[in-house]
Amino acid sequence: MNWSNIFTVYAKELRDMLRDRRTLISMIVIPTLVMPGLLAVVTFISVQVAKDAAAAVPTIMILGGEDSPQVNAALRAGTKVKVVPTAPDWKRQIADKQLRAVVDIPLGFDRALERGEPATVRIFNYSGELRSGFAVSEVRRFLSDYAEKRVVARLAERGLPPSTLKPFDVATENVAPPEKVGGNIIGGFIPYFFLLLCFTGAMYPAMDLTAGEKERGTMETILCSPVARLDLVLGKFLTILTASLGTVACSLVSMGLTFAVGGPLLAQRIAGTGTAAARRGAEQITAMTTLDPLGLVAVLGMVVPMAVLFAAVLFVISLFAKSFKEAQSYVSPLIIVIILPAVVGALPGVELNARLALVPVLNVSLVSKQLVSGVWQWDYLALIFGSTCVYAVAALFLAVRMFNRENVIFRT
Amino acid sequence: MIEVRHLTKIFPDRKRGPIHAVEDVSFSVAPGQIYGLLGANGAGKTTTLRLLATLLQPTSGGATVAGFDVVTAAAQVRGRVGFLAASTALYGRLTARETLQYFGRLNGIADAEIAARTRRLADELDMHDFLDRRCEKFSTGMKQKTSIARTLIHDPDVMIFDEPTLGLDIMAARTIVRFVRDCRDRGKTVIYSTHIMSEVEKLCDVVGIIHDGRLLAAGTLPELRERYREQEMEEIFVRCVGAEPPRLRAN
Repeated sequence: MNWSNIFTVYAKELRDMLRDRRTLISMIVIPTLVMPGLLAVVTFISVQVAKDAAAAVPTIMILGGEDSPQVNAALRAGTKVKVVPTAPDWKRQIADKQLRAVVDIPLGFDRALERGEPATVRIFNYSGELRSGFAVSEVRRFLSDYAEKRVVARLAERGLPPSTLKPFDVATENVAPPEKVGGNIIGGFIPYFFLLLCFTGAMYPAMDLTAGEKERGTMETILCSPVARLDLVLGKFLTILTASLGTVACSLVSMGLTFAVGGPLLAQRIAGTGTAAARRGAEQITAMTTLDPLGLVAVLGMVVPMAVLFAAVLFVISLFAKSFKEAQSYVSPLIIVIILPAVVGALPGVELNARLALVPVLNVSLVSKQLVSGVWQWDYLALIFGSTCVYAVAALFLAVRMFNRENVIFRT
Repeated sequence: MIEVRHLTKIFPDRKRGPIHAVEDVSFSVAPGQIYGLLGANGAGKTTTLRLLATLLQPTSGGATVAGFDVVTAAAQVRGRVGFLAASTALYGRLTARETLQYFGRLNGIADAEIAARTRRLADELDMHDFLDRRCEKFSTGMKQKTSIARTLIHDPDVMIFDEPTLGLDIMAARTIVRFVRDCRDRGKTVIYSTHIMSEVEKLCDVVGIIHDGRLLAAGTLPELRERYREQEMEEIFVRCVGAEPPRLRAN
């Protein structure tokens, strides 16, 4: 191994790479824009949902209830639903989504309540339709409040306090610091993002530096020079690794800026719309944009051996291809192989164990979720870091072996 | 000096069985001599030259190039060989100067020396106008000159040319031919593969006719004319290979 030659190859490949517009787009532009873009989309949707929730009061119709003026009047007086006059084609109106729900009040409902007799109120809806579902929940909430008031009144008539039927209250309160809440919300999402960028950042240079060189005829030119093939592999590999980590670094800086500046600004804007849904959205954004910085550094530490593994695997696969196009057809399906474990890791409820700690990609995804929530399981951390390093070295070893095989380099 | 002894290269192939690309080939080339390797496409020229440039490893037999064994001292061999082929391209995003600097450094030459040699080569090949432009924007002629300079930056003793004029126009091809002659005049050992008969007649001191991986005949042009009783190189080649191409049948 000759470090001077490795550096010469690395410096040349780096210069070559940075002069390529396509690499710059995949390495700098996309990772820099994707995070602010994503936050903007989340914000836009939250604002839209909040506005819609405020604006769209579900339209309902009341069937019957002519002899029950109390419930009828209470239902019409509520602001959560808009009651339209009764019409015989109500079923069609529900199907056409003009009506969200229909409440059928049985004959003599008020009287039945007075006497303490059983009665059934039926709600007709468009099952599975979101807004119809909202309308049903509003009507149900109204009816259960109405029922509760009746219960309280009946208890009072018999001289009993309301607590007879409700002996205690239950209250839930969050005591976790905001960064840990953020960790839980965003925990599965950040490493997934890093892993994906780590992979996509390495993808293009890996193909360009191997199959691309074969296709352009420069591979034979460089193989004629006295530089050892090991030095050549290492120089090229370091370039791919730099691209991969550079992509992650760009996205990290962009994410930091987006969260630090954009997050609170947008949270404020959403909260400014004033509705309860908007307040919830604002809280979520604040939680999302508050992360444990130490955890984030540790996630990056775990991503480094992963980048080595990706760079080496992509190098091997692309080297086998005769042309850039062939390399693309091998590498593109591989994205699924990366995304799948990362998504599984991001799912709530999938917890780290010793066996999963040995599954590449999934292990880093799972441990990162813990790290950003402030959970440090040192034994798993060591196991994952160690196993990823072993896989990475094995992949690199394979890359060197492949580079020495004539039937790979001069594959026709 | 190039010494080739019983050089054999067999490529394994699952579908077609082992392919004997080069079989028991022996010849030698002295300094100041151009050895022409003449053969049809697929005859084994490129494989022979790739074996000499240590890009491939022989299955059996061997060769020494500039006194170094192609198997046991491959890096030393590559350090003394300039390899130019139609398939050896330039890095499009590097300038001509950067290309020369890169290959100079990989050959272990100090930067100051590389700069001096670049100046000299640019003078000789008239490259000053495009020395700092990227190769991707070059005309074919500029690319050829840069490639030539690339093969000469480490001042090799041995030059290997594998069909270097393939796909070039007349002017670019003439530049190459002139450059090959210059190499001989400077005392370099030159091996030149081609399937163009006129190039052999113009350039080569010794000609080896290769067919189906075997070296069928070798000698100077007068020797081959004498042996096959033909004047034209094309006729000599056909007589040697022993197969007329099939005539086109009517209908």
